[in-house]
Amino acid sequence: MATLEVRGLYKTFFPGTPDEVRALRGLDFSIEQGSFVVVIGTNGSGKSTTLNAVAGTFLADAGTITLAGQNITRWPEHRRARFIGRVFQDPLAGTSPTLSIAENFALAAQRGLRRTLGLAVSRRKIEEFREYVRPLGMRLEDRLDNPIGSLSGGQRQALTLLMATFRKPELLLLDEHTAALDPRSAEQVIRLTDDIVRSQKLTTMMVTHSMTHAASLGDRLVMVHQGRLILDVSGAEKRRLRSHDLLEKFEDLRRSDQLDESAARLIRENYV
Amino acid sequence: MTLLLGAWTIGLILALLALGVFISFRIFSFADLTADGSITLGAAVAAALISRGYNPWLATALAVLAGSMAGGLSGVFQTRFNINGLLSGILVATGLYSVNLHVMGRSNIPLLDARTIFSDTRVVMEKATGKVESVNLLGSAVRLADLVNLGVVVALVLVIGGLLHWFFKTSLGTAMRATGDNPRMIRALGVDVGRMITLGLMMSNGLVALSGAMLAQYQGFADVQMGIGMVVLGLASVILGQALVGRTGIGLALCGAIMGSLLFRLMIALALRAGLDPNDLKLITAVFVLLALVLPKAFQLGFRARSVGRA
Repeated sequence: MATLEVRGLYKTFFPGTPDEVRALRGLDFSIEQGSFVVVIGTNGSGKSTTLNAVAGTFLADAGTITLAGQNITRWPEHRRARFIGRVFQDPLAGTSPTLSIAENFALAAQRGLRRTLGLAVSRRKIEEFREYVRPLGMRLEDRLDNPIGSLSGGQRQALTLLMATFRKPELLLLDEHTAALDPRSAEQVIRLTDDIVRSQKLTTMMVTHSMTHAASLGDRLVMVHQGRLILDVSGAEKRRLRSHDLLEKFEDLRRSDQLDESAARLIRENYV
Repeated sequence: MTLLLGAWTIGLILALLALGVFISFRIFSFADLTADGSITLGAAVAAALISRGYNPWLATALAVLAGSMAGGLSGVFQTRFNINGLLSGILVATGLYSVNLHVMGRSNIPLLDARTIFSDTRVVMEKATGKVESVNLLGSAVRLADLVNLGVVVALVLVIGGLLHWFFKTSLGTAMRATGDNPRMIRALGVDVGRMITLGLMMSNGLVALSGAMLAQYQGFADVQMGIGMVVLGLASVILGQALVGRTGIGLALCGAIMGSLLFRLMIALALRAGLDPNDLKLITAVFVLLALVLPKAFQLGFRARSVGRA
């Protein structure tokens, strides 16, 4: 049984208004346990919407989502957090700036659990967090008491990734989590991502704009277009995939979109 | 000296209000106007029960409970029905005005000879010291009663402050602080933001009602009008407190709110003594809060302009 199963998912934002967006139009896919799926697509294709639908940022209009054997379609976002670890595109979005590094980790250590009246940060937990951040090589292990707001975007994103995986999630959702970082930090966070996902064998969905990362990372690649999956490559075929192949796919898409438009115009001009 | 003791006692009673306002204003970053109604509610419940002969400790506890229910209502309006935080506070406070009148049965309840938390403690102290009328404090004679009143509120504020400090260090309390800091993040970590805000407002308004109940017992009456402008007063204390301790950890921030309330009350006592018209108090408080909100930004802009000029 697959870890994540998405069946016939539809979502329209602002229905019945001029701003109506048909973001998901029959999204259908499943992800096996331990699979690292890279999600690509043009702007507005629905790739981030796909991740948000799974995370529960909004409820779908139709369709079902099953995660870890539970039908979570109607679950609110905070309830799904029991199974899902997330890293956002905005490096400021995943941490609480005025709380210390240790306190942020304490919050993440209880993802999806009941918040109790026990002390959030004990001496024993501090040691645990210290050993956990040491491999980053950012010297954060000596600054656990500092507010996280004092760190750089790259450091905060690396910490968010560690926090999202501190309690092993059934599913890790990465929404263009390196897009807002400088190239050096982005490379660092990507390497960290690959390390963590591989070593913990995490079931992962990663949205990316970087074709290099899309080609080099993960064991499966899907392409979203107009709210549907239009490409699904895995195994040996995925390993053979290079970034220029992907760029060609995008070019094909652009041409077929244009073709649709010009064909429509042709029909209008000749037959209406 | 007596004037000073009185100012400190009221300052510490209002420090409970400041701690309540601290939760809504500093933790959740919005001004919860429910407090204007719930401080009167606390006073009304305590006074109504005490004047009917109920135990003052029980009456005070029930006042806290009533206040936290008012806060919970405000929280539910805000989080379940998506009403703007300011508006839901105004709605609850407005409704509470009528509720308070019903609770009291009239617009003012005197408690002059009633048994209160203060008189209970005075009796115990008199037994312990053997009917001493006055004591010598730093060279001036002070009525024992005044000293006992101050002692009661000092103990109360210490206990409440300590409890709050402990709470904000627990898993639940840390999650509450993060809720105000970054709701998106804490939701992704599995916390129901709506429930957290509601719980926080219940705590906040419980404290505010406690402040009202103590105030009624200290000054010897509850009045349906006493809540007007109390949110702004609480804000003044919290802002003053932050200026005193700076942007630091939660423990110091709580101390700051208490010290801010004390300092503000002291300033007012001095100003009144210097001949300030009591009718101008609310205006001055409002102007103070306005300045406190505007000046730091003006200073920052000025500082930035200067440091840019230097570089």
